This record gives sequence, C-alpha cells and structure tokens, in this order.
Amino acid sequence: MTDLREQRAIRLATLPLVPSGPRSGFIRGTAASARGVWQYRELLGLLVRRELKSRYKDSVLGFVWSLIRPLALLVVYVVAIGQFLGAARGVSAIPEFAIYVYSGLTVWQLFSEILGAGTSSIVSNGGLVKKIYLPREVFPLAVIGSALFNFIIQLLILLAATFISGSPPSPGRLLWAVGGTALVLVWAAAFAFALSAINVYLRDVAYIVEIILMFGFWLSPVVYQWSQVQNSIGGGFLESAFLANPVTLAVLSFHRGFWVAGSDPLKYPQPTGLGEHMLVSVLVGLLALWLAQRLFARLQSNFAQEL
Amino acid sequence: MSAPVVIKVAGASKRFIIRKEKSLKERVVNFGRSNQHKDDFWALRDIDLEIRSGSTVGLIGPNGSGKSTLLKLIGGILQPTSGTVEHRGRLAALLELGAGFHPDLTGRENVYLNASILGLSTKQTNQHFDAIVNFSGIEPFIDTQVKFYSSGMYVRLAFAVAVHVDPDVLLVDEVLAVGDEPFQRKCMDRIREFQSEGRTIIVVTHALDQVADLCDRAIVLENGVIQVDGDPMEALRHLRADFQTMRQDEIDRDRATAAAAVAAVAGVQAGDATLAALPAPALIAGGRVVRVTLTSADGQPTNSITSGDDMAVTIEVEVDGTVRDGVIGLGIDSSMGQTVYGTNTKMMGLKLPAITGGTAFTFRLPSVRLNEGAYSVIGALAREGGVEMHRFQPGTPLSVRADRHSVGFLDVHTELIHTERVEPGDSAPDALVLTADPTRSL
Repeated sequence: MTDLREQRAIRLATLPLVPSGPRSGFIRGTAASARGVWQYRELLGLLVRRELKSRYKDSVLGFVWSLIRPLALLVVYVVAIGQFLGAARGVSAIPEFAIYVYSGLTVWQLFSEILGAGTSSIVSNGGLVKKIYLPREVFPLAVIGSALFNFIIQLLILLAATFISGSPPSPGRLLWAVGGTALVLVWAAAFAFALSAINVYLRDVAYIVEIILMFGFWLSPVVYQWSQVQNSIGGGFLESAFLANPVTLAVLSFHRGFWVAGSDPLKYPQPTGLGEHMLVSVLVGLLALWLAQRLFARLQSNFAQEL
Repeated sequence: MSAPVVIKVAGASKRFIIRKEKSLKERVVNFGRSNQHKDDFWALRDIDLEIRSGSTVGLIGPNGSGKSTLLKLIGGILQPTSGTVEHRGRLAALLELGAGFHPDLTGRENVYLNASILGLSTKQTNQHFDAIVNFSGIEPFIDTQVKFYSSGMYVRLAFAVAVHVDPDVLLVDEVLAVGDEPFQRKCMDRIREFQSEGRTIIVVTHALDQVADLCDRAIVLENGVIQVDGDPMEALRHLRADFQTMRQDEIDRDRATAAAAVAAVAGVQAGDATLAALPAPALIAGGRVVRVTLTSADGQPTNSITSGDDMAVTIEVEVDGTVRDGVIGLGIDSSMGQTVYGTNTKMMGLKLPAITGGTAFTFRLPSVRLNEGAYSVIGALAREGGVEMHRFQPGTPLSVRADRHSVGFLDVHTELIHTERVEPGDSAPDALVLTADPTRSL
C-alpha cells in the first residue's frame, strides 16, 4: 500500500501546478478552452444523447414528434400562404412551393433551435454548473449537437421529397446546402455562446430571443421570394442589410440546393454574388464566434454564484 | 521525500455581490443607482493554503464561514476575486451526489453520464461498470429510470459512481457516507482505501467526530478567515470552544430579551415572586456553573487518577434569584469532545431543592474505569424543562492512567480463556485462563 502512496507522490511531483478553473487570456485562453472541450468530447456526446433521449421520453411516438412539428408547419404554410394568399398560384407562382418552403424551413429550424435552446442551456444545467467544474462550453455545444441531429433527419425527408417530386438536386447543387449549413452553424454557435452566458446574468434574454426569432423567421425568405423583397425595397442600403443576415443567405443557399424547379435565374432571380456573400459571412461569423467564446469565458467565472 | 503539494491557494479572497434586482426592468429603472441595490460581503479573505499529497484535510467551521466556498474555489467551480488557486493531478469534486443525474434516464445511462462528468472516459466506465453497480447494490433496478428510484437508491448509485472515479484529489462536501448503516460502513471503508492509496481528500463537514476520526489535518474557518490550521484535535477544541461561546451568547441574549419583555409588562416593581409566575420564567433567571473541582478518594483535589480509582466531582453553581426546578448535570468528554459519560439529577431521578445564590453539589463516582488518556469533566446547570442555563466548558481536565492493554474509552480487565475443543465422549479438559501481561503495553 505504501508503494501506491509513493508511486502517486512521485507521479504527482512530476506534474505542473495548474490553475483551477478556466484560464484567462485572449489567445491562450481560446486554446485552453478548445483543449478543455476536446477532453470532454465524450461527455458532449453523452449530453447530446441525453437531450435527445429525454426530450420525448415516455411518449408513445417518441422522437417522431420532432418530425411532426415541422411537417405540420409545412402544411400550414403551404395551405395558408401557398393557396389562400396565392404564393403557389397565379402569374408569380412559386413552383413546387412545398419543396421551396421546406428547404428554407429546415435550415431556419436549425438556427432557431440552437438559438432558443442554446440561450437557456447554462441556466437549465445550473445544477451541474454549480457543483462540478466542466468546460461550460459543453452545454451550448450539446444543444448544437442535438439540433444537428434533428436537422439531419429533416434533411433526409427533404431529400426524399425532392425525389418524390421528380426533381432531385444534383450533387453539385448540394454543395450550396453544405455551405449554408456551415454558415448557420457558425453564427448560431456564436449567438448561443454569447446569449447563454448573458442569460445567466439577465434572465430576460431568453424572452427577448423568443421575440427576435419570431422576427427573424419573417425577415428571411422562407415563405416568400427574394424577388418580392427586391421589388418592394428596391436595392440600396436596405437590400444589402437584408442580405447581410446570415440566415437569409443560408435560406437562399438551401433554395439553390434543393429547389430545382426554380433554377431559371431569369424567372426566379437570385441575388448576385451569393457565394461571395456567404464566404464573407462565414469569415465574419468565425470572428464573431471567437469573440463570443471569449465573452463566454469571461462571464463564466461567475456562473456558479449567479445561478 | 516529502510529499508534493497538490493544492496551492495563495492570497485568495472571494467577494460575493448580492443584487436585490434581477430583471431588466429593475436594472434599467435603477440604473446609475445600482450601488444602492447591491450588497457585497467577503466570503473568504486572504486564504493561504498548501495541501500535500496523501493528506486528509477537514474544513470545519460554523455555517456561513466560507468552507464550501473555499472548496468550490479549489475545485475551480468559483473563481477567486483576487489571489490564485492551483492544483496538481486529477481533481474530482463530490459536492452533491448525483448532480448530473437526469431523472428520465435509466440508472445505466446515468452511470455513464455521471462518470463522464466526473472525468472518466467511456472505456474506463465500461471497465468499472460492474464494480459500480455491485457497490451500489441495486442491480435489479439498473435499467429503470432514476426518477422511480427511492432516495436511498439514488444516493447509493451516485456514491458508487463517485468512488470509482480515479482522482488524485477528492473534494467532498458533507457526503462522506450515505444510505443505511451497512452502506455507510462500505462508504467509509472506501474512503479509507482512498487514504491508503495516497489520494488526497479534502472534506467539508459538520460531523466533527468524523474529522477527528479521518483527518490528519483540520482547518477551522470563521467569517472567511482561517482560525486554526493543524492538528485536528486542536482545531476541534478551538471550534467547540467557539461554539460554546456562541451558544452562551445566544442564551444570554434570549434571557435579556425575555427579561426586558417581562419588565415592560410587570412595570417598575418586579420581585422574584412576580417573575416566577410569568409565562417565560425559564429564560429570565440567570445561573452559572462557576467551578468544577475533582477530588480523589482521599479527599485531596486532583487532576489525575488511575483507572479504577474513586473520584468525586464538585460542581459549584451560582444563580440570580431563586431556581426552583434546577437540574445539575455532569459529563466526561474525551479530548476530541466525544461524550464518554454523562448524567444529571433528572436522569438519576432526583429532585433538587430550590437553589438560591451560591451552592455546591458533589457527585461521587466509584471506581472510574476509564482508559488511559486526557478527558475533561464538565458541569452544567439546567432547568426541568430542559433549558440549559450554563455549561462549564471546556471543563476541568482529567488525565487517567491505565495499563494500556486496550484502546477506546473503557478500561475493562479482560481475560482470555483458552479451552481445547471438546469431542463428544472426552473428559472436559482444563481451561487455561490468561490475563494481560503486566509488563507489556501497547
């Protein structure tokens, strides 16, 4: 037994003294945070599984519910906006309106789920945050993980729908969707980090986010067309502001990816330089993500006492 | 080779700011005046601490003294306002059992989740899984959702996970032993195993006996400052003395409040007879144990006896006014403050005469069979209803000499009888009676 004691003492003597808790510092801190999250990657996986498993536990249909919700939304939009308001009828009709709406809806749901659940992720895991030290980034990241899972399932449905409707996208087109997904992930993660941390100090943030998400949905061309926006605001500053919205860019890129029926640029105009816009947005988003993570790291030192 | 330092706390302070407002509206409305709407207090002040590998340290102190805050600083859960906290090796914090348990998941899923939270990889958890379930003793329910668990099963499983993590430093807050008695024993055995494996344990607890039992070092915190750091015995003595002072202060304060209330009701003239008739008389009359003296069999005052000697304890009390229902208590405490013996006149079925002014009572204790060691003899004055008026602490020291053939508090002259095994039909063999060797001691 004394052997064990001594072995441990000798081993410990070789280890450096490290500060308890998260490390500060702008660049070094980022590296330390990333390392911390990497160390806990298995936990991250388990947390994602926990989110998914516990969400529809004890319901008969289980996670089928996460499919029913967007499908119900789709029905509402197709009937109310497509038929009653006439978006799918008449001269300026959007062909294959269901595919159009569903492709936009899929990427929008990804964004709104990460933002909504991500904002409250630290507060709802308060019990853990207060009692055990973990890199707290795992909580918003776990939300992203579970949102991605739902997203992929919806994506599969969308793909199946394009096959059923007889105009499946070519693999080249799908690259647009990949870019759009990356864009949404970067921005949603940045928001989730910043907002989840601020929400600990100011619980109102969660409610503000709800409202902003409502606006956000109608600000991105999910149920209407880009050309309709262009016609009413007509270029200039407002148009560039509209296009600066990363979710708008992602929705547009999803349309390019999946909405094969609308690929005629003369009939269904697309903003010029969508690719460049997206590239810039991803780069700015990465910067925002980094800043958000630093904000998160700064604020997290007092999480345990504020919860 | 001296053991390496595993925890190093240098000049750490922690300030808590308590805001009375939380919502955006309140903050906006009170913007600029926010200083009026927050209180701050220092939970910890300039803590310097080094803990070496392999030691078991008890953090003790009254409620709100900053023990748990210090533990959280060490665990990295809170950040110090100033100063630094560093550690070496793998740290596991057990501040709340089952902190990561999710009620909707099964026991099995929660084991993996909780182990992962405590820093175990899935592969390691796979290795330990059977041991964890075995230790918890709840195999039949491992695939049941934990929300259906009884609270005992819940803590058992949580504790089982926690002790199978392989930490170099274990931080424990009041959860050293859980469940029923057999399981608690299992927990304590596991803690001792941890000690023998050279793991460092830092425990915050109010179970002072446990500190005396487990720790090789104790730190007394009061109002965020380290009061005593060192030998657990010494620390416990200090803390118990402080508790006694706090208690006495409280008794005095209650009495003063009650007396003031009575005086207000009774007006200016308040004789003893009026006071006794009033509803809260227990708190009004003051009384003290002024002295506790020990006398040996030959009537000489003494502070040391040999086990088996007769002893007399004289308790001198002094009361303000008259106490008609007084109870005198006598206690012998070990040096760690555990009660070894205690009695009082009520337990003995005796009714004391009314006590006025100063009086002395003597208890005679024939053949006191205590084991070798230092004890303290305590006298107390109380009233029939159980309200203690005063306790004479830390008490009069008493040292006892014994032949040191045993451990514990009792000195029993044990004999060993050696008998050959008797087969049916054999004549009974001679029994050999062995007593302890008088020349040998522990």
